Amino acid sequence: MTSRRTLADREDVLGGVMLAPALAYVVLLVGVPFFLAIALSFSNATAGSLSFQWTGLGNYAAILRDPIFLRALRNSVVVTVGTQVLVIILATAAAQVFRATFRGKRVARFVMLLPWAVPVSLAAIAWTWIFDSTFSVINWTLKATGLLHGWLYWLGDPALALLAIIIVQAWRIFPFATVIVLASLSSIPQEILEAAIVDGAGFWRRLFQIELPLLLPVVAVAVLFGVVYTATDLGVVYILTGGGPANTTHVLPTLAFQRGILGADLGQGAAIAVFLLPFLIVVAIAMLRVARRAEVGGAAR
Amino acid sequence: MAGIEIRNLRKQFGDLPAVDGVNLSIRDGEFLVLLGSSGSGKTTLLRMIAGLEHPTAGEIHIGGERVDGDVPPRARGIAMVFQSYALYPHRTVFQNIAFPLEASRTPRNRIEEKVRWAADMFGITRYLDRYPRQLSGGERQRVALCRALVRDPKVFLLDEPLANLDAKLRNTARDDLKQFQRRIQTTTVYVTHDQVEAMGLGDRIVVMEHGKVRQVGTPQEVYEDPVDTFVATFVGQPPMNLLALRDASLPPGTLVGFRPEHLLPRNVFGPGEELATFRFAVRRVEYLGSDRYVYGAVAESAAPEATIIAKLPGTIPLTIPEGETHEFAVPRRLLRYFDADTGLRRRP
Repeated sequence: MTSRRTLADREDVLGGVMLAPALAYVVLLVGVPFFLAIALSFSNATAGSLSFQWTGLGNYAAILRDPIFLRALRNSVVVTVGTQVLVIILATAAAQVFRATFRGKRVARFVMLLPWAVPVSLAAIAWTWIFDSTFSVINWTLKATGLLHGWLYWLGDPALALLAIIIVQAWRIFPFATVIVLASLSSIPQEILEAAIVDGAGFWRRLFQIELPLLLPVVAVAVLFGVVYTATDLGVVYILTGGGPANTTHVLPTLAFQRGILGADLGQGAAIAVFLLPFLIVVAIAMLRVARRAEVGGAAR
Repeated sequence: MAGIEIRNLRKQFGDLPAVDGVNLSIRDGEFLVLLGSSGSGKTTLLRMIAGLEHPTAGEIHIGGERVDGDVPPRARGIAMVFQSYALYPHRTVFQNIAFPLEASRTPRNRIEEKVRWAADMFGITRYLDRYPRQLSGGERQRVALCRALVRDPKVFLLDEPLANLDAKLRNTARDDLKQFQRRIQTTTVYVTHDQVEAMGLGDRIVVMEHGKVRQVGTPQEVYEDPVDTFVATFVGQPPMNLLALRDASLPPGTLVGFRPEHLLPRNVFGPGEELATFRFAVRRVEYLGSDRYVYGAVAESAAPEATIIAKLPGTIPLTIPEGETHEFAVPRRLLRYFDADTGLRRRP
């Protein structure tokens, strides 16, 4: 028996040691780039040289006068909000389906989860084919079923291209949202759902007046994740449309990449990238408050 | 208002028969208690009446109408109160009580009227704007009853509604419940594992075990004339004493049963009473305030070490020293005889 104190006995030191890797990761790979981006957005730095000057709010003033930026800002909002709406509807519906027991449920659930596991770039490339101007399987299907008479240029028309982006983003987030809704559905006490049945409530009344209000805290958190996830995503738009046609489908991350990296104007790129930050923080706080309020107002029995 | 007819009802969960051929006739306006331990099938039976569970076989008729097929719970004219009360946590008390009315598309002013009427009946009018979590257990229970009441059901189904209340509240809640049922005279089926509740509330009690009905009867019938040893020992606290006596006058394989409160010191009985006398070796005396439980063994028993309990009311002030043998007796008219093999009641 040794009486020497080992590292495992010294909780004060042990805690620090075990936290260190995570702290280093957050500081070096998240914190530094984050604050660097904020700093760069107030400068005229370019990708080609190490010297730069502070320009105050110059970059922000410039992008706010830029119609392409304003368009990208609008697109970001449309895509983010549109995606969340679509995801909530789909995920709630899918959760209802997966709550029932049926043959092949495991397989169906596996297939449903697949989009979550597919790398963004691969998925986006597959989707470019689905939306291809000549070979679009969507168009062929619509034609074959007689629902479409003309021809849809999915990625060539600005409005359709935005819709396409929303569809792909929703497709990506939907599995995650479904799992969350499913989990919180199963946390609603069975007796409450049975009470609603005995009280004479039909499916829709149970869904809208009992289940969804009780799901609200969890759905709010899922939406918050979805908002951040979509608002900051670069890959889908970059591969699907590249911001085109004619810069009409840029979202803020792709425009920031185009200006800051491809266009070498680091300062302006940083300003575009950082622009949404205050709004996202406000959204996050608001959603978390909704979740908390709903929880205090209800979930505790 | 309606009675319930249950014929040959069965419910199978996999290999397990939860309800195993139940026949039951519940009268209009009756307060019927399903009494059994957990796993006896009492709750499954209630849920089948409610329509939350589909019977494997058999028939259920409510008010003369067969409902066991595809009649959904809302069309059965029933209201149910759950053990957890199952109040909607995100709705106020008012909204909770109004929910069944909204579901049946009752006009708004009529809803208001009915909710106030029900809340008034249970004395919870001042809580109408609160949320369930702001209420005590007893108040929640009354909200649940209100919610059931406003539907004007033909049948009330109650699943252990007092189980979550603390013991102090349970007595008054039981009294409230019985008064309420007497007033509205709606057929009520009440599930419980608590025999005191069953005795106190039921017009009749159905004793269940392993999915089967053991006995149906008034509390007095079930207590005084149990049909078998299961009912005899399940109902009553402490349970009925069962003895195999070394007595040649009884047919072999007979158990003699008597209630602990009927086993008393011999000298408390008057001279006219026909008595069965036992030599009772007192092991321990438990003082419980209103009663004393006397634990011991009976020398006449074929299994002399088996524990026999006597329950002496506080009105018999005799001292019973531990470790001594006394003459105890039971009036012969209070002895019950059972078959040791089948457990069934036997004529002496």
